Amino acid sequence: MEIAESNSITNMQFEPETKPLTFRELSWRRFRRHKMAMAGAVMLALLVVYCFGGTLFLTEEYANFTDTKIILQPPSAEHPFGTDTVGRDILARTIYGGQISLLIGISAAMVGVLIGVLIGALAGYYGGLVDGILMRFTEAMFTIPQLFLLLVMAKYFAGKIPNVQVMGRSFSGSVILIVVIIGLTSWMYLARIVRADFLSLKEREFIVAANTIGTRNRAIIIRHILPNTMAPIIVAATLGVANAILSEAYISFLGLGVQAPTATWGNMLQVASSGFHKIQNAPWFWFFPGMFIVLTVLSINFLGDGLRDALDPTTVT
Amino acid sequence: MSRYVIRRLLQAIPLLFIISLVLFVLMRASGDPVATMGGRRVMRPEDRQRLARQLGLDKPIYTQYLYWLIGNDWATIDTDGDGEPDMPGDRRGVLRGELGKSLVSRGKEAWDIIWERLPNTLLLMIPAEIVIILFSLIVGIFSALRQYTLADNVITAISFIGYSMPIFFVALISMYLFSVKFKEWGLPFLPTVGMFDPKLGKTPSQVALHMVLPIFSMASISIAGYSRYVRSQMLETISQDYIRTARAKGLSERAVISGHALKNASLPLVTIIGLDIPLLLGGAIVTETIFAWPGMGRLFVDHVSRGDTPVVMGILMIIALAVVIFQLLTDILYAWLDPRIRYE
Repeated sequence: MEIAESNSITNMQFEPETKPLTFRELSWRRFRRHKMAMAGAVMLALLVVYCFGGTLFLTEEYANFTDTKIILQPPSAEHPFGTDTVGRDILARTIYGGQISLLIGISAAMVGVLIGVLIGALAGYYGGLVDGILMRFTEAMFTIPQLFLLLVMAKYFAGKIPNVQVMGRSFSGSVILIVVIIGLTSWMYLARIVRADFLSLKEREFIVAANTIGTRNRAIIIRHILPNTMAPIIVAATLGVANAILSEAYISFLGLGVQAPTATWGNMLQVASSGFHKIQNAPWFWFFPGMFIVLTVLSINFLGDGLRDALDPTTVT
Repeated sequence: MSRYVIRRLLQAIPLLFIISLVLFVLMRASGDPVATMGGRRVMRPEDRQRLARQLGLDKPIYTQYLYWLIGNDWATIDTDGDGEPDMPGDRRGVLRGELGKSLVSRGKEAWDIIWERLPNTLLLMIPAEIVIILFSLIVGIFSALRQYTLADNVITAISFIGYSMPIFFVALISMYLFSVKFKEWGLPFLPTVGMFDPKLGKTPSQVALHMVLPIFSMASISIAGYSRYVRSQMLETISQDYIRTARAKGLSERAVISGHALKNASLPLVTIIGLDIPLLLGGAIVTETIFAWPGMGRLFVDHVSRGDTPVVMGILMIIALAVVIFQLLTDILYAWLDPRIRYE
């Protein structure tokens, strides 16, 4: 018995049966076991296929094609989601609107993450006066509720950004405007997290070591500290996409968002819910774009939740 | 403690200055409020200039900010456009309690316009907040005590969906269901828009009936989020040693939960509520818009799109001030409720 046991111990010490898992493999395993997160990822993948694969079957001209003979028709075989007030096919519009909504969500979250990381990193790393000024500014931005800030900024930037042509398609300048203002109003939370991480990490030995061998500040920030704060950044970026899609829907709903003819789920809902008779008589008109918003945001939230659990096992939810 | 309060108050002053400066610049640099003042008539350029001069909109932006902040009754202004200052100013500025006159509703004080709307907003938001707190606690604690049972999982699923919904979608669905469909089915149905039925007049019962759907929409989304929070707090609390002690003493489960766990578990909710109350003043922009409720949120949307700086700045500064004050109050209250917390 004793010999066998010591043998097995020495075996384990010298010939490990399995290689130790790396952080990435461990996270992936935790993520895979998270049922809701996997469901979210699959649902999101389906939505992306719907929005971008749909282009192969229905053209943008068709999505913007108006036919006043068939206004506000309920769902039928020809128009599965019905038609809107000027006879456009709602199915086709949810495809093209979804592309814009998803693009706005992703790029606005990226803008927000970029600003948040930049401000958080600078404030946390340099400390002192820089920290004081940046954090006062962050606090000031935090004080005004996001929607109020969004409306003031939407008003400020309105009409200042021209339309752009990308890949043969024309995008209303309001798309860029929305991306910019959502990004500008959603970085504060991440900035605080990144700052706190930087504050504690910069005191660690490996950073002190990097400092002593004369590594430049920029290299320390980007190469040594930033990779260690990736977990909260990834989670914040994911949840940021969900928030940005909701924010886009809110400003579009209030009429200050993306302007026609570019469709988004948000501005489709805005038209559909203006006036009680449409709410009453054409439920398909607002139900489908709304449903797509809920499904997208829901699956992103699931995904973000799973990522949080996978990347940072210490948090309890 | 008092040193802490004084320090926080002193910190709030530069904060409010930064906020007001940024917002003022954003507001004033966006569009020309004079452009729409003529209504449908096309204004002559000289009329426009005269109007802008009278309203002080021709001044450089820092002068405008200064006048907004401390008034202009100490300066003489050029009102006839000959380059010579001729009239003493008549504005007292925000710091002396005057928000200025509205640019949209000409001649009306911005403060009066806001004051008219404030009761409507509070009428909607205070009951909503009470419903939210009450149900978040009930749902959160209920699902924490039944962790990982069917009921808990169903509640979790529903709250995730609720949390992911834009509020107007909840509003649309509830309008369609409780108003349109209930009417079709011959059931008692709820009214959708406005504060009261004009035919029946503004009676308390009418207003209460019109409050149901907006409150339902707002509450269902907030409850979805907060109840998760209460649940995780409750789970953390009942795993503590003192709860085990209470159970070991032989207390009934009810006494353990209501006497020992509940107080500690609901403590962090204080922070959330403290941060929520200032937002009540701002009203719910989207909810008020879709239900046509004449509150502050709609006032804000209407006036921001027409560039009415005094009213918009008034609303924003009231919210900012309330946020700062309530953050401080929350911190103080928290320290009082939880003696482990000390501020120095």
